[in-house]
Amino acid sequence: MSDQSVWGAELYDTLVEGGVSIFAYVPDGGHKVMIEKSLEDDRVRSIPLTTEEEGVALTAGADLGGKKAVLLMQSSGTGNCINMLSLQANGGFPFLAIITMRGTYGEQNPWQVPMGKAVKPCLEAIGVHVIEVEREDELKDATVAAMGMAFRSDCAVALLLTQKFIGAKAF
Amino acid sequence: MTDDIKITGSNQRMDRAQAVPAIIGNHRDFLIVAGLAGTAQDLYAIEADADNCFLLGGAMGASVSMGLGLAIARPDKQILVACGDGELLMNVGALATVMGAGVTNMSILCVDNERYGETGNQLTHTSMGTDLALTAKGLGIRNVMTVTAPDQIEAASKELRRSDGPTFVYLKVSDAKPPKQTSRNFNAADRRIAFRRAQLGHL
Repeated sequence: MSDQSVWGAELYDTLVEGGVSIFAYVPDGGHKVMIEKSLEDDRVRSIPLTTEEEGVALTAGADLGGKKAVLLMQSSGTGNCINMLSLQANGGFPFLAIITMRGTYGEQNPWQVPMGKAVKPCLEAIGVHVIEVEREDELKDATVAAMGMAFRSDCAVALLLTQKFIGAKAF
Repeated sequence: MTDDIKITGSNQRMDRAQAVPAIIGNHRDFLIVAGLAGTAQDLYAIEADADNCFLLGGAMGASVSMGLGLAIARPDKQILVACGDGELLMNVGALATVMGAGVTNMSILCVDNERYGETGNQLTHTSMGTDLALTAKGLGIRNVMTVTAPDQIEAASKELRRSDGPTFVYLKVSDAKPPKQTSRNFNAADRRIAFRRAQLGHL
């Protein structure tokens, strides 16, 4: 299993170096390091949401104001986002979600499994490009690739941090 | 302008066709996000395709969160979200997020006709006892004002311009239809680019 204090810091730094200045998040154990770093960093704004779909709209509003924003969330919130992603599909708003996976490889909580199984087909059905990270050494390149597609090509992109990479929560 | 506000509808309240433009005043004082249906039509009637307004045509529940993203990105501007009661009810937690974000340059004008006007005027929860001003206050919005009569419009217009927000103005209107549309532009990509070009000076 990977060490979040290492990869979380690397991922955070890659995003900030790429110009991301707004982090919208729904609390999640897999994003603990990134959330803490964003809350402590005066260079960025870090916004707690009550539901993931707020973040879909918030990042589009940030784009209207010329700022790059990302959404940090867990896979279970994917279903909450789908209709809101009409904004990106119709408007060409850039979108980058960093999604920690549950309900897949090695999952021990059956409640996570249905949404986990549906994440990729749901996102792709609404027009989101999915990039899966399975190993820690892929993370930086995948993040740079996702940022390029989102912020240069105005794509909607989800970077999935798979359970092969981050591990399955033990119960 | 407030003398011209008609009292209409089955519930005999202010007509949105006059009350909304009166309360907004010069829309160029703001960058604006308007929720789908009624409020988008209200704003389109003030100025068609204004390049300081982004009007939603779907993504119901987006307006407050989208306005928040804009408020964070543009602290130099006053941001106005105009939304209906139905649109706000769909994502009312967004008001808590606005509070938590600590933005001061954001106002929300909730135009409450107690109806889902777009789908056949079905009653919303605000007709049954829900008070969205109390909701906003309870979720932590700093300045909250309810407007039920024309003589409050001028004060409400000033409220929307407060720099110590967030501010929530709850405008109770009749169930009369919003202004008639001719051919509103529903192309979100076109409106995004127009907004960014005008407000940022680049694509």
